[in-house]
Amino acid sequence: MQQQITDPQKWMRQKTRISPIEIAFWLSVLAVPYIFFPNYLALANQIAATAIFCISLDLIIGYAGIISLGHAAFFGLGAYAAGILSQKGWGEPITGALFGAIFAGFGGWIVSFMIVRVQHLALLMITLGLGFLLVELANTLDWLTGGSDGLVGIDTWNLFGVFKFTFWGHTAYGYTLGATFLVFLLARRLVNSPFGLALETIRENPQRTTALGVPNRARLQKVFTISAAIAGLAGAILTQTTETVSLDSLGFQHSADIAVMLILGGTGRLYGAILGTIIFMVARDQLSGMNPQYWYFWIGLLLMIVVLFMPRGILGGLEKLMEKVRGL
Amino acid sequence: MAEPLLSLRNVTAGYGEAVVLDDVSLDIEEGSGLALLGRNGVGKSTLIETIMGFTTLFSGSVHWRGKDITRLKPYQRAQAGIGWIPQERDIFSTLSVEENLTVIASKGQNSQWDLAKVYELFPRLKERSENKGSQLSGGEQQMLAIARTLMTNPSMLLLDEPLEGLAPIVVEELIETITRMCNEAGMTLVLVEQHADTALAMTDNAIIIERGRIAHSGTSADLMADHATLDRYIGLNLGD
Repeated sequence: MQQQITDPQKWMRQKTRISPIEIAFWLSVLAVPYIFFPNYLALANQIAATAIFCISLDLIIGYAGIISLGHAAFFGLGAYAAGILSQKGWGEPITGALFGAIFAGFGGWIVSFMIVRVQHLALLMITLGLGFLLVELANTLDWLTGGSDGLVGIDTWNLFGVFKFTFWGHTAYGYTLGATFLVFLLARRLVNSPFGLALETIRENPQRTTALGVPNRARLQKVFTISAAIAGLAGAILTQTTETVSLDSLGFQHSADIAVMLILGGTGRLYGAILGTIIFMVARDQLSGMNPQYWYFWIGLLLMIVVLFMPRGILGGLEKLMEKVRGL
Repeated sequence: MAEPLLSLRNVTAGYGEAVVLDDVSLDIEEGSGLALLGRNGVGKSTLIETIMGFTTLFSGSVHWRGKDITRLKPYQRAQAGIGWIPQERDIFSTLSVEENLTVIASKGQNSQWDLAKVYELFPRLKERSENKGSQLSGGEQQMLAIARTLMTNPSMLLLDEPLEGLAPIVVEELIETITRMCNEAGMTLVLVEQHADTALAMTDNAIIIERGRIAHSGTSADLMADHATLDRYIGLNLGD
């Protein structure tokens, strides 16, 4: 008989313990690029930063049920904030990344007042419109952002004052992956707390949840703000490690890509966001190497197949397969 | 006399433009039990939802422990101590029993109800703590719905047809548990129930609602004996 736990917080903590398979996963994403693919460290760095972005989207789509087609707006806000800060003379990476996160989080908090008032199609349109608006704003403010030429003159100082960000990307990947891991732990803690459970129940039955004393709108605003801050962190870190920002980072294509990654991997499971990012970015790298013009054809095909046959994403499909194998 | 726990003063309420409750006034004393009787569609659930704040209030006011809560949102009323268990039960089907109970878990120190106490009241839920909400029987869902609301530490429970559609043996068990809960924890109860005899046996006072108005108000014991009134408003739904 399982021991009875009567303290909810303790019970929640027990649920967030890291399993051996997870330890193996994180060790391999750390070791494999360094040892086997040192030429691909730049790609690995991009994947790790994009995974942070994808986790941020999973928090709002997969848990709170807030669908967004403009989440790159917050990625871009963080990217420009960190980039401009560095350009103006403060290139310390960790404080710079936090600055980007806070800036994007503030933007997210403002937008959240609109977000919680609408649903479904209106939600898509508002988030879509937000993305368009920010791209044009960044384009117009070219004295600050560099406009369509992109932001130049970013210089990221040594990490912890010691490790230099070089062309080879050793420091960059360590830095970004470290951030990815921390964001993952934070997100997991969040979704397994009463706060995270309430997000799911707001999605499932808002009236019932509020009748239990949960201020639905305030909770949704909170998770949207947190999600925007995490997206901003991802943008800031990618800016620092690549020392460039372009208007594309804010744009619709970027928002659509990240949503595709999340849907491919599977929503509402955090690891789905990470897996989807890896699959999408590796596929893009390989397919565009073969044929730079038509690679979206394959992504489109993969997306349709996954949505039709694995509605819970690739990770959800794998879980189902494992259950079947175990059941035999 | 002590201040009533909850009072409705000249409340006219409904949904959208439609008026369902018409000029309803009502006082509920702390620790008492009130039965809401009446035929289907006369406004019993609307009354409960109005107490919770889910309806459109056209006029009148709602007071809780003497304070005007007319403008408070549903979640604020829940936090103030009003617990609502809707007819549909609305278990969160994708969450486990224990997760259903911890959604609203707080670190509050002087909270009267916690997981241990709730499990003591409903041992069946403890056995099924790992099961998903969708895997529970009707009776278990009802127990979970009550238990989940208890976790918010309410002073008053609004129970909307809790016994509907349950097997007789489960009904007995639930009646006994609800009665024990009210007696031991001093819980104030508002009970909507189709079977008048069951409802009257579990409560101190009763009102009968007819077309959105209070048609009769008195003690449960008196009404139990007043077959003429029961027959007139409810078609003498005395069960068996």
